[in-house]
This record gives sequence, C-alpha cells and structure tokens, in this order.
Amino acid sequence: MYSEKVMDHFNNPRNVGMIPDADGVGQVGNPTCGDIMKIYLKIKDNVIEDIKFKTFGCGAAVATSSMVTELVKGMSLDEAMNVSNQMVAEALDGLPPQKMHCSNLAADALHAAIENYRRKEAGK
Amino acid sequence: MRNVYFDHSATTPVHPKVAEEMCRYLGENSGNPSSFHSPGRIARKTVETAREKVAAILGARPDEIVFTAGGTESVNMAVMGAARARRKKGNHIITSAVEHQASLYTCEALEKEGFTLTVLPVDRYGLVSADQVREAITGQTVLINIIHAQNEVGTIEPVEEIGALAREKGIPFHTDACHSVGRLPVDVNKLGVDLMSFAAHKFNGPLGAGGLYIRKGTRWERLMYGGSQENRRRVGTENVPAILGMGLALELAVADMEKSAAYFTVLRDRLVNGVLSTIPNCILTGHPSIRLPNLASFCFEFVEGESILLSLDGRKIAVSSGSACTSRLLEPSHVLLAMGVPVDVAQSSIRVSLGLGNTEEDVDYFLAELPPIIERLRAMSPLFGCEDEECSEGEDCFACTAKR
Repeated sequence: MYSEKVMDHFNNPRNVGMIPDADGVGQVGNPTCGDIMKIYLKIKDNVIEDIKFKTFGCGAAVATSSMVTELVKGMSLDEAMNVSNQMVAEALDGLPPQKMHCSNLAADALHAAIENYRRKEAGK
Repeated sequence: MRNVYFDHSATTPVHPKVAEEMCRYLGENSGNPSSFHSPGRIARKTVETAREKVAAILGARPDEIVFTAGGTESVNMAVMGAARARRKKGNHIITSAVEHQASLYTCEALEKEGFTLTVLPVDRYGLVSADQVREAITGQTVLINIIHAQNEVGTIEPVEEIGALAREKGIPFHTDACHSVGRLPVDVNKLGVDLMSFAAHKFNGPLGAGGLYIRKGTRWERLMYGGSQENRRRVGTENVPAILGMGLALELAVADMEKSAAYFTVLRDRLVNGVLSTIPNCILTGHPSIRLPNLASFCFEFVEGESILLSLDGRKIAVSSGSACTSRLLEPSHVLLAMGVPVDVAQSSIRVSLGLGNTEEDVDYFLAELPPIIERLRAMSPLFGCEDEECSEGEDCFACTAKR
C-alpha cells in the first residue's frame, strides 16, 4: 500500500521535534480527519536555516511531514512557497489515492509557517 | 523476531484439518451439486452433510440454513429480504448505532426505498437494551436488526432479551452473528432470532463462505435470480469445498469452544492489564466483562491508530485500527463515536483479536513492543507534551508530567 520511501520516512522521520525560539510556526489539519501537522522554522536572510515538525496522523502524514522538511531545508522562502503537496507526494514515490486529500498537507503546514514568519516580520 | 498475528477478528487462518479436507475434496471431485451423475451426487452429499452439521450446531433445521459467499452477503440478504417482504405491513426498521457497515449501509439503502430507520444509541460500553428496542417499536415496525457480538470493541449485545421481545411482538429479528458463531455458544432458539448471519473465515474456515439462518415461516424475499440452488434463496452454483470447510471449521470450533474461550480470556486479560498498567492515557473500549473472550480494543490518546498499526507491523505484530485512515472514509469509527469516545481519541484506536495459535509469549512480546512505539509516536505528536518551557501548572499539566 505504501512505497518504500514512505515507510522509510515513517520509520526514520527526519527533523522531528520543535524549535523553542522558532521564527515561524504553522499548523494545519484537525483531529476529525485524523491529521495535524505543525512545522517550526528558523529563518536567516530569507533562507530556511532549520526546520522541525510534529505530526499526529497516519503513515502518510508522518512521511509527508518528514519529506517536506528534507526538501526545503536550505531553500529561500520564495522557493519553499512553490513546493506543493503534489511535489511532496511525488518525492515519496506517490501515495495511495485515499491519502492524497486527508494526509498530504505537509506543504500547507510549511506555507502556514512561512506566512506566520512573514506576518511577524511585517509587524516589526 | 516473533511473528504475531493478532487480527483474528479481521480473518482467521484456516484450521489445518479444514485445509486438508478442502484440498482432498478439490483433488478428488469436481461435480456440480445440481448434476444427477455420480460426481454431482458426491458434491450434493458434501453440501448437505455440511448443512446438517451447521444446522445441528446452531439449533436449526437443515432447510433453514442457506449457504452464501460470506457475512456481508448474508446480512444484505437478511435485512433487505425480510424488510421488503413485509413492506405492505409497514416500513419501520429498528437497528443500533454499533452495527457493522454491512448492516448499517443496507439499512440506509432501504431508507431510499421508503423505509424509516430508528438507530438506537448505545451506552459508553456499546450496549443497547431491550427496553430501548421496546420503546422504539411502532405499528409500522417490520424488522429488528441488532448485532450479536460487536466486531470492533467486542461488546456482546443482549440478543436473548431482544429476541424474547421480538417474539412477544411478532416482529422478525435479525442478528449479525459473524463474530459470535464459533466463539460463543449460539443457538437460534435460545437467542430467539428469525434470521442470523455468520461467516466461515471468522472461525478458522475458508474465505468466501458464509451462512444465513432463516427461521421456517419467516416472510422473506430473495435478492438474486437464477437457478434453483439453496431452494432459490441463494442461487448460483454452490462453493462446495468452501461449504465443506465451513462445516468442519464450525464443528472443530464448537468442540473446542469452552476450552479455547477460557484460554483466550486468560490471554486477553493479561494483555489488557499489561497495556493499561504500562501506558498512560490509554483506555479499553467496549464492555469490561460482557465481551468476546478473544478481543481487546484500546485508544491511545495523542497518537493516530494507523501509525501504531504500521509501527507494530514493523515489529511483525498484526493488529487493526479503527482510525479514519483505515476506514477509507474521512471519519473514525462510527462505533467508538456512538459510544461517546471523543473524535480525536477515536482516531487512536487499535483492535487486538486473539485466535488459534496465539500464546502467552505472543502477548508478552506485544506488551514489550507496544510501550516504546506509543512513546515514540507521542514524542512526535503536536497534541502531546507541553511546549511551555516555563509551564507553571506543574503536576496539573498532563503534558509536563507525562513527558518525564
């Protein structure tokens, strides 16, 4: 049902945890659909210097969270905003069809974190 | 690494003696039971012998047993067939909130045909009561449909009491007994049912074989048209080796029932006590004692069921989950929600079901492997663990205390 890459990222997730003094935090999902993803960002010169995640959800939810952190670490914020859920799923060699909607939200969480950072910056 | 199969409520391994008999039959005979020649007669005799066996065990007459391709088909036939046959008498069906999807969706399909549905709520253990059924009965009620042993949480419904009530009121009563036949003593007269569904693969018989009991005299309409098999109640050439396997599997299950129920109860209790005493924020779902001897179902707060299932699978332990991700709907188990389990907690459910071949060592292996899995997933969960480094709530903050 899941690709080997999904299982690898589920069993050995990259960048799990939180950043206590994060510059941006984004959270998407709700418990009804069974997935909540939270992304923490450390930004320097408009570049993602560090990224961590916490996820409540199924195998696909954990794997997509892990994959998105790996994809965007070191990227500029503009580049990171262009990373889509679809790209994350493709990087994992695809997801089962029923997982595409409910559990493929990692890029949304990333975008929410970047927007959170940008709002904070604009308010400074 | 051990290989532990703890998903016997999903399906069971075929009993070696059953597999042997089925293979023997497949190797020796290929007749159609409807044919008049010798191979046909052997096939016919095989089917009828199995029917007599199954009927005797369930307290039924052989002509009251219809062979089907499984539990879902039996439930569809029972519910649709009985309701439609009495359409002129009324249009009201009483069922419960903890039915299997086979029942639930069949009832909903009948709603579209003009039937009205009363879905009885359950208590926190998943129980309905005969009193609730009594209060729901109207002059229009044509069918009562209540599951015997609930498939997700294992609670055993008061089917005998409901059966007596149905008798008293003269209303047909169907019970989905897929999870009780072969595990609990089941007698159609003692239960007072008019229709009863069961499936061979739940009691170490083959997949693709089921049965429907239809009490003689029950008004019932068939769903399928074709030949004259099963007295036209279920047409299509009989799956002879599977029927043979079902008869033998039930015979073996019943011969061993008392002993295995006692054995599984000991293992189940060891498992339940072990889980509840080592893992905080975990609940046993279903009734604490009025439950199947081989089934335990839990919710582990702050983690999602499928992720527990996958992690256990990585340790070669097979269980199932009632989370949204395994249901293919975007909702967690309707059974847990009906029992009042909060939606986020219902997402964290795991069902462990024991069966043939499971040992105390399997339970102990499970008990050793589960806590670190839950701990790892909780550490990853945004719902778990206080993120306030200067949290002042101390012992009152669960996240702080649980983190230690």
